[in-house]
This record gives sequence, structure tokens and C-alpha cells, in this order.
Amino acid sequence: MNFNPNSAFMYTIAIIVILFAIAQSIFFLIRAYNRGVAIGMTKAKLRKTIISTTVFTIAPALSILLGVITLAKFLGIPLPWIRLSVIGAITYELPAATTTATALGISLSETITDPKVFSAISWVMTLGIIPGLILIPLFLKKIQKGILRIKTKDSKWGDIFMTSLFLGMISAFLGMVFADLRSGLSGWIPIFVLLFSALVMGICGFLIKVKRMKWLETYALSISMIAAMVFAAFITPIIG
Amino acid sequence: MNKTYNDRTHLYGRIWILTALVVLIMVPVSICVKYDAWPPLTAVLKGLLGVAPIFWTVGTIEVFTYGPMLGTAGSYLAFVTGNITNIKAPSALSAMENADVKPGTEEGEVISTIAIATSSIVTTIIIALGIILLSFLAPVLNSPTLKPAFDNILPALFGGLAVVYISKNWKLSLAPLIFMIVLFLLVPSLASSVGILVPVGALISLGAARIMYKKEFI
Repeated sequence: MNFNPNSAFMYTIAIIVILFAIAQSIFFLIRAYNRGVAIGMTKAKLRKTIISTTVFTIAPALSILLGVITLAKFLGIPLPWIRLSVIGAITYELPAATTTATALGISLSETITDPKVFSAISWVMTLGIIPGLILIPLFLKKIQKGILRIKTKDSKWGDIFMTSLFLGMISAFLGMVFADLRSGLSGWIPIFVLLFSALVMGICGFLIKVKRMKWLETYALSISMIAAMVFAAFITPIIG
Repeated sequence: MNKTYNDRTHLYGRIWILTALVVLIMVPVSICVKYDAWPPLTAVLKGLLGVAPIFWTVGTIEVFTYGPMLGTAGSYLAFVTGNITNIKAPSALSAMENADVKPGTEEGEVISTIAIATSSIVTTIIIALGIILLSFLAPVLNSPTLKPAFDNILPALFGGLAVVYISKNWKLSLAPLIFMIVLFLLVPSLASSVGILVPVGALISLGAARIMYKKEFI
């Protein structure tokens, strides 16, 4: 059977899934906004969150688009588009596609035309990300109750508890940056990028606090991230 | 009043996430039906065997580590729209920091939900636009000049985020940070399973925080 991973049928499925994801996001966005207003938060504060998040999201979203382009070479556009708009991440989808292709004795050097190979890959990609979707409805309420109990028992420790969780996550990713250190000078690039981003954020912090440039708060994280990405593009050809 | 709002968030969240589960499973089902292409079960199992042990573990761990961080509605949304570590968690975190609200409070719930919902919408729109403009964008994004920029997106993001968080909580940061740096220096190959190390970092950070709190050091 003739199969084209870029068929109109595949695009239709992709559009349905993507509209679903957008609908869910809009539903919770409106609900949270109204709730914020109802509990006395200013509209300005809520809007500031929307603006700063929009600006911040652009660069990481472009890197996801790069993932779609990578996968599109052998899976066509619609399937990677679905996978990376909903739940997926390139770090998962690529190994999922390659292990399935290897299991079927196929190489992923060109666009897949065998519908069975394509459907097998789509099954593995889908089944691989199931746990979150099942466990969240089962356990989230219990998890939240546990947190609430800690907070009501001792509110100061409750705050420290939440901060510690975040710091645990940040530490894991900061530590990861040091993983390539032993591979020579090029292994230092991520560390230089990290430090540069930290430096730019420090400068933003100075401008916000000392120079009272309050508006900068909204964009500080985006500025430090994009400045550090530009810095990476500059130093890599020199060092690497 | 408060309780019922939160209860309703759980109810709506569960409806949305379970519908998402059905929608997502319908993708491979409809491909199989339309093209009469049910794959051999062994092929799917072999493929799953290669990825599921790690990804199911990471997925389970993520529920228990990110669940408390992202808030109620934020979790129901983020676990459907994905890209939690590189977009959703950092944007929720920085939005709460900027709005001066604490995670786990009612205000924190509102701000983190708005941040996660906004970033989901923006990401989806950018990917959709990117696909429409693919022939124009692909060579630009894939250019060797820009490659290092995207390769280093995580250090670029976490550097800025870390400054804000560590400078405010440097005592709490020391133990998990030193542990992680030493660990990755000793075992660089762990970089591929950083997802599993997030809860390890959280546990170390919590343990150290508890000791310091008891000794009234923080």
C-alpha cells in the first residue's frame, strides 16, 4: 500500500491534536486569570506574567521546532508536529523512533514509506509517554494534600520545602553542565555559557534593584538566555 | 469556597488529561485503521523495550517531583503539553518569582497556571508558524552558526535562573549543587539521564534543608 507520512489525513490528525492542546491551555488560562482577579490580584500583574512568559518561550520553542525538523526527515512533518506539541521532547522521540526502526531492521536515513513501520513507531512514541497521563489524575490530589499538610503544620518549613525542591531541580541541571569538562577545552563551552547567562542576569538584577528599572524584570530571564545563546554561537567556533 | 475551587480544578484537570490520553491513543489507532497497517506486536514491544524502562521511570518520577512545583492546574496542563524541564517549570518558576508569590499558595497557583498555559499556547503557535514557514526557516535554524546557540540552550536558561534562586537561598543551594557538580564530574555519562537525578537533587536539598532548619541555621 502506498503510504505518505505527509498525507492530508496525517495533517488533519495533527491539527485536531494541536487544537485540543490549545483548547486545554486557553481553558486553564482564562480560569486562572479570572481566579486571580477574584482573589484580588491586579490585572497588571497577571498581564505581566503573560507578556514575560510569551517572550521567554520563543527561544526554547524554536529549539523544539528544530526537533520537528530533525524528525521530519524520516517521519514526515505531521507525526513529529503532534509528538513535539503534545507531551513529547526530542530527547525521547528520537530514541523511540530509532529503537523501533532498528527492531524492524530499517534504517532511518530516508523518509519511511512502509505504513507498518510508521505505525509501529507511532505506537512506541505514544505508549512511552503514558505514565504521566495516568499517574497525574491518580496521585496529584494526594501529592497536593501532602504539601498542604506540611504547610499548615509549619508554614516556614513549608516554604523551605518548596524552595528546596526547585533548588534540587536547578542543581541537577547545573551539575549536568559540568559533565563534558574532561573532554578538553570544548567541554568548557557550556560552563562559559552558563556563567555568561548568570552574569547578564546579575547585571539585569543590578539595573532592576539599583537603577530602579522595574520593567526589566519582565524580560530579564529571556535577555540572559538569549544573550548566552548568542555568546555560545560566538565562542564555539573560536574554542571548539 | 477555596476548597471547592481547588476540587473543581482537579475535576476539570482529570477530565482534560484523560481526554488527552484518549486523543493521543487515537493517533496511532487511526493511522493503523486508515492505512490498514497494524504493526507486528513484537516490533512495538521491541521498540518499547528500548525506551520504556528509562522513560516510564523518568515519567513516574516527574509526576512526584514536578507535581508539587507546578501547582494543580499547571500539572494537569504541563503533563499534556510536555517540555516540562526546558519550558514549563522554568517559566512557572520565574513568573512566580517576578510576581513575588510563593508556590503552593493560591496566588502561586494562579501565576504558575497562567505561565504554563501561556507558554503552551506560544510554543504551539510558534511550532505551527514554523511548519508553515519551514522551507524558509529550516536552513536558518540548521545553520552551523546557530547550532551552538541551540546546543547550549539549557546552560543559557539555567544560568540566569540559578542566579536568581541561588543568590536568594545560597545556604540551601550548597549541598545539592556541590553533590551534583561532583557527581557529573565523576560520572559524565549520567548527563543523558538527568531526569532521574532531579529527584535525587531534590532529596539531598530537602535533607540538608531539614538539618539546617532544625539547627536554626536558616
